[in-house]
Amino acid sequence: MAATISMLKGASNSPVGLARSEENVWIKRGLIIVTLLFLGFFLFLPLAAVFSAALEKGFGAYFASFDDPDALAAIKLTLIAAGIAVPLNLVFGLAAAWLIAKFNFAGKSVLLTLIDLPFAVSPVISGLIYVLLFGLQGWFGPWLAEHDIKIIFAVPGIVLATVFVTFPFVARELIPLMQEQGSDEEQAALVLGANGWQTFWRVTLPNVKWALLYGVILCNARAMGEFGAVSVVSGHIRGMTNTIPLHVEILYNEYNFVAAFAVASLLAILALLTLVAKSLVEWRARQELAAALEPTMIKD
Amino acid sequence: MLKKRLLLTVAALLLATANVQAAEVTLLNVSYDPTRELYTEFNAAFAKEWQKLSGDKVRFRQSHGGSGKQARGVIDGLEADVVTLALAGDIDAIAERAKLLPADWQQRLPYNSAPYTSTIVFLVRKGNPKGIKDWNDLVKPGVSVITPNPKTSGGARWNYLAAWGYAINQNNGDEAKARAFISALFKNVPVLDSGARGATTTFVQRGLGDVFLSWENEAFLALKEFGADKFEIVAPPLSILAEPSVALVDKVVDKRGTRKVAEAYLNYLYSPQGQEIAARNFYRPRLPEVARKYEKQFPALQLLTIDKDFGGWKQAQKKHFDDGGIFDQIYQPGR
Repeated sequence: MAATISMLKGASNSPVGLARSEENVWIKRGLIIVTLLFLGFFLFLPLAAVFSAALEKGFGAYFASFDDPDALAAIKLTLIAAGIAVPLNLVFGLAAAWLIAKFNFAGKSVLLTLIDLPFAVSPVISGLIYVLLFGLQGWFGPWLAEHDIKIIFAVPGIVLATVFVTFPFVARELIPLMQEQGSDEEQAALVLGANGWQTFWRVTLPNVKWALLYGVILCNARAMGEFGAVSVVSGHIRGMTNTIPLHVEILYNEYNFVAAFAVASLLAILALLTLVAKSLVEWRARQELAAALEPTMIKD
Repeated sequence: MLKKRLLLTVAALLLATANVQAAEVTLLNVSYDPTRELYTEFNAAFAKEWQKLSGDKVRFRQSHGGSGKQARGVIDGLEADVVTLALAGDIDAIAERAKLLPADWQQRLPYNSAPYTSTIVFLVRKGNPKGIKDWNDLVKPGVSVITPNPKTSGGARWNYLAAWGYAINQNNGDEAKARAFISALFKNVPVLDSGARGATTTFVQRGLGDVFLSWENEAFLALKEFGADKFEIVAPPLSILAEPSVALVDKVVDKRGTRKVAEAYLNYLYSPQGQEIAARNFYRPRLPEVARKYEKQFPALQLLTIDKDFGGWKQAQKKHFDDGGIFDQIYQPGR
């Protein structure tokens, strides 16, 4: 005991210890500076550039950019695509996560890998898949043409591509959490006489609601911002099959820089809102966790 | 409940997109990159004319992109009533691969179905600091050349063929030397955009390159948009007669019942009014009277033609641009 105390004393007084703690401070400061520089260069600078270019000719020109029917159609289409993709992926993500976390079956790891596939595949390929399936020369193309159903180069194709690139988000957020939680609480609920739905609504869902919301927010951000896959299946028909990101590209290519950046700023604002919502969700989740832990600690 | 509503929405969307042709006529014109401004003006003029003639309203949908990419879109089911592409070869591809229009489509309209023409010129920075006058200046070391990708862009194929034609002319038909020339030229190309408009912004907006091989109309437009104090146009003594072609997509217009209005639309391109609009947007008009009026705008050049000097698009496409063609053999990125 005495030996350890003297050792501790010795350590705190020795020049080596001092140097080390000073070193630590410098490492900390250095890391902070590097992080700030990195963020400044890759995040704040481009963000500032977007807004300054958008406001180059004043607020009048900025708001006039949204008065164009093609811009409004692009915004509407983006909302439709996200409005279908996000709820669909919410249902799918919950189902998949539940299946993987609470049940054991052969091929589970294969299913997990498949869910991750859209992350691994380039978005351009994700788009081309649908061209190969539903394009006029594709597998189902001739049949669809005969029945006058349009998928590619129309709204359904854009929705499909968006669903595909965003489907891992919800599932990926839920799976680790649900796996960690195990199925004890559900089993308890079942033993106590709850039916399947009751267990789901009263036990499973409340346990994962923050992770679920987090996944939905990320899913939505990607759904609205997706460029590559949507670009392939869009056909770029103005006022019909252009989403916000595609419309930005068109405006830019027409030398209409103010409008291009004004519409781009809409996506930037969305990204910022996503960040805020994400932080809020994380904060709430932490608070709830702390609140849940507190009484148990008192009991102990 | 939620699921049911979702299904309903999806079904409604499918239906909505299936019958767009309800109240008024809509035409989808799938075009190439630099024609955005031309067709904005032309569509408005034709809509007025058509209402006077038939009393019907016509609305337009436009899609623009690299010509080859756009043709690919139509082949894959992009339902264009008319295609107005950068070259006949791309419309040939639609006729051949998707059989949406007859193979002899080019005979259906005057002047090889190309109502306006253009050529390839050099756009350089003000004062022409690298002293670029002719094609052989492009292969000099230290000259950076901007051109889009001949695989996806129609304009780029005209660029390439004009350069090839120049080299063949200079070397008395020696193909090996022409190949060496083209290969040296593409060594000076730092980036290949997929369409003409992307390449224009690369040169004009991002400031890359010393010389931009450009459609004449695109070069004029860049001068107009960004001011003649920043760039100048250099017309090489020898270039190529670029014939951007237009065609009706038979299977689509028959299915949608838009044949009549689509035909009138294309014919209107050949009318004096249509020709004026083309000339105002820096395309060379075909009608002699309009051509005379705009004579001063367009320098007289010696122009090669695709049919006489390259044996038509089919042959040129196969020899130079198809997989394994000369372009694939000479172009190795990053070297």
